[in-house]
Amino acid sequence: MTDDVIKLGHGGGGLLSRQWIAQEIATRFGQSGPLREMDDGARLALSGANLVFATDSFVVSPLFFPGGDIGSLSVHGTVNDLAVCGAVPRWLSLALIIEEGFSTASLRRILDSLQAAAADCGVQVVTGDTKVVRKGQCDGMYINTAGIGEPLPGFALSPSRLQPGDAVLVSGSLGDHGMAILAARESLPKSDALQSDAAPVHRLVQAIVHLAPHVRFMRDPTRGGAAATLNEIVADQPVGIELVQGQLPFHRAAQSLAEMLGIDLLHVASEGRMLLVCAPEAADEILATWRRMPEGVGAACIGEVINAPGRVLLRTDFGGRRVVDVPMGELLPRIC
Amino acid sequence: MQYITAFRQGDAGRHLVRQIARWGAQLADAGRTVFLMEVCGSHTMAISRYGIRGLLPRQIRLLSGPGCPVCVTDAGYIDAAIQLAEQGAILATFGDMMRVPGTDFSLADARSRGADVRVCYAPYDAMAIARDHPEREVVFLGIGFETTMAPVVALVREIERQSVPNLSVLTAFKLVPPALHALLGDPEVRIDAFLCPAHVSAIIGALAYRPIVAQYGVPCVVCGFEPLDILLGIEQAAAMLCAGKPELVNSYSRVVRPQGNVAAQALLDAFLEPTDATWRGLGTIAQSGMRLRNAFAHFDAAVRFDLRETPGTPDPACRCGDVLKGKIAPADCPLFGGACTPLHPVGPCMVSAEGSCAAHHRYGTAEELGP
Repeated sequence: MTDDVIKLGHGGGGLLSRQWIAQEIATRFGQSGPLREMDDGARLALSGANLVFATDSFVVSPLFFPGGDIGSLSVHGTVNDLAVCGAVPRWLSLALIIEEGFSTASLRRILDSLQAAAADCGVQVVTGDTKVVRKGQCDGMYINTAGIGEPLPGFALSPSRLQPGDAVLVSGSLGDHGMAILAARESLPKSDALQSDAAPVHRLVQAIVHLAPHVRFMRDPTRGGAAATLNEIVADQPVGIELVQGQLPFHRAAQSLAEMLGIDLLHVASEGRMLLVCAPEAADEILATWRRMPEGVGAACIGEVINAPGRVLLRTDFGGRRVVDVPMGELLPRIC
Repeated sequence: MQYITAFRQGDAGRHLVRQIARWGAQLADAGRTVFLMEVCGSHTMAISRYGIRGLLPRQIRLLSGPGCPVCVTDAGYIDAAIQLAEQGAILATFGDMMRVPGTDFSLADARSRGADVRVCYAPYDAMAIARDHPEREVVFLGIGFETTMAPVVALVREIERQSVPNLSVLTAFKLVPPALHALLGDPEVRIDAFLCPAHVSAIIGALAYRPIVAQYGVPCVVCGFEPLDILLGIEQAAAMLCAGKPELVNSYSRVVRPQGNVAAQALLDAFLEPTDATWRGLGTIAQSGMRLRNAFAHFDAAVRFDLRETPGTPDPACRCGDVLKGKIAPADCPLFGGACTPLHPVGPCMVSAEGSCAAHHRYGTAEELGP
């Protein structure tokens, strides 16, 4: 096996991505300064003002999918990165890379959707850039957004604050986005029930600001799914996480497709969910608050922090236990 | 019935676990330990995914068998496929073949270096690729056991019907029963009962295992892939071992018929004939493979492109052969978790998510997880 060329898996959000970032990015840029935290966004201080800064690129294919499109996704992705850092999203930059020959009607549709999403999230697009590349040099269009947010008071978020007994919450069903994209991209049986969960999570964060001191850490489970995100959270920590199989919220349509393909939904991306670890006494109130909101209807407590350094485990319905691993690279369907 | 939840009910599972514990106590009283081999990779995967190994008494041990078609695919086959891609062919393949190591590269490596490799969800997807690229040769990588042979052969039939000129199949088909005979004929291997594959049995029928029960006195239970299916299979095998009455039991009768899928069998017989086959980790087993009959040889990529497949040379430190035969546990291999990981697999058992080493590596062993 060779690693002298970049593979798709290097961008898959799994073990390959993690190793690559640790070896090539962290060693160059993460030795000191905010990148050392390896969080979704950087917390910065500038002449007395605190802000959070995050960026994300969007290369989703197909550009339009059930439940969203690359336009709304490129707002939600960056808004969510800011939100899980405990910030109110304020400003976005917008960079478009468009393939020669791309339909202007589609471009307008994408920009309209982006505009609507930005308005819904209360963020302003304040700077941007457009590049057009030769036919074949990109797949339709790619978008990069970067965002600046203002920290909410009271949040002190760090995986190092996790304590045994803390509750692990999720704001809704896991893996819907990844399965909807897979179904739309491949010749798989279509189901109207299968929709991407792509949505902003900033309101979920703002709704619990009064409980901020109880919140240990937040993260949105995108590429690599909840499995990768939870493993990242407990990596190098003196604690671990145990999930309870029967409490994991999965949408039936996503589950059916995942079972058929031999894909573990814990490995599949969501784009409108958040994972949150909090002190046990705050869990019920956070869940109740979330469940009153449209984006948090399916919220659930899925596990707790345990004394198992760096490990994510799952307790099955039969009382068995297994490791929840980090996905490797690409999600590959099984033969049988 | 909700199939996703019906066979995963905790209450029923815990009931079976208690029943299995009773058989375990009976075995303990008799000073016995029994070894059950789950033949199929999907069983291995489900056993790990549901933490079943940790629920069993010490007297009932599970061994993972050679029933993952991806894992037992020889490195020489991957080399041959990459050679075709280098000559300009488009390769169409099931997804989990991507990471299988060839001698130098996997298909994923080859794709990163410019080979045109496309992941298919069904063999028929290759038809569309061939139609969209009439100027190029398209080769479908037809590997698998009886389960997968049927849809791949159906693809060959369709290529013939529609006279698609630029689509062929590189076959590495393998048969389950000859592998079971080879395992039981190995004096170093101890297997007291088989949990027979679910979907392979849907094709070949439960009665295909009758000769094994008769010849070796080894109980065979055909069981499904859901956790309750597997617990029931273990319970039934343990009951037969305690009673000393080896039989053939089909506990997956919602899918598997005694005679199997007769239409699929007729299709396989019309297009394929038995041949010797190389199993990664096990070596060559006589008459354990299938190839296209001479009348259909022009659909065989190896014939069409005059390929010479050279068997791969396994890493001498790799103990996959012993793992596949159930002689050692994955963690007993000196390469396990060090030189050999799911990201950089050395041997077949680490390759597919269904491989026994990969399953142990991903989901941990009962011992290290504790109660």
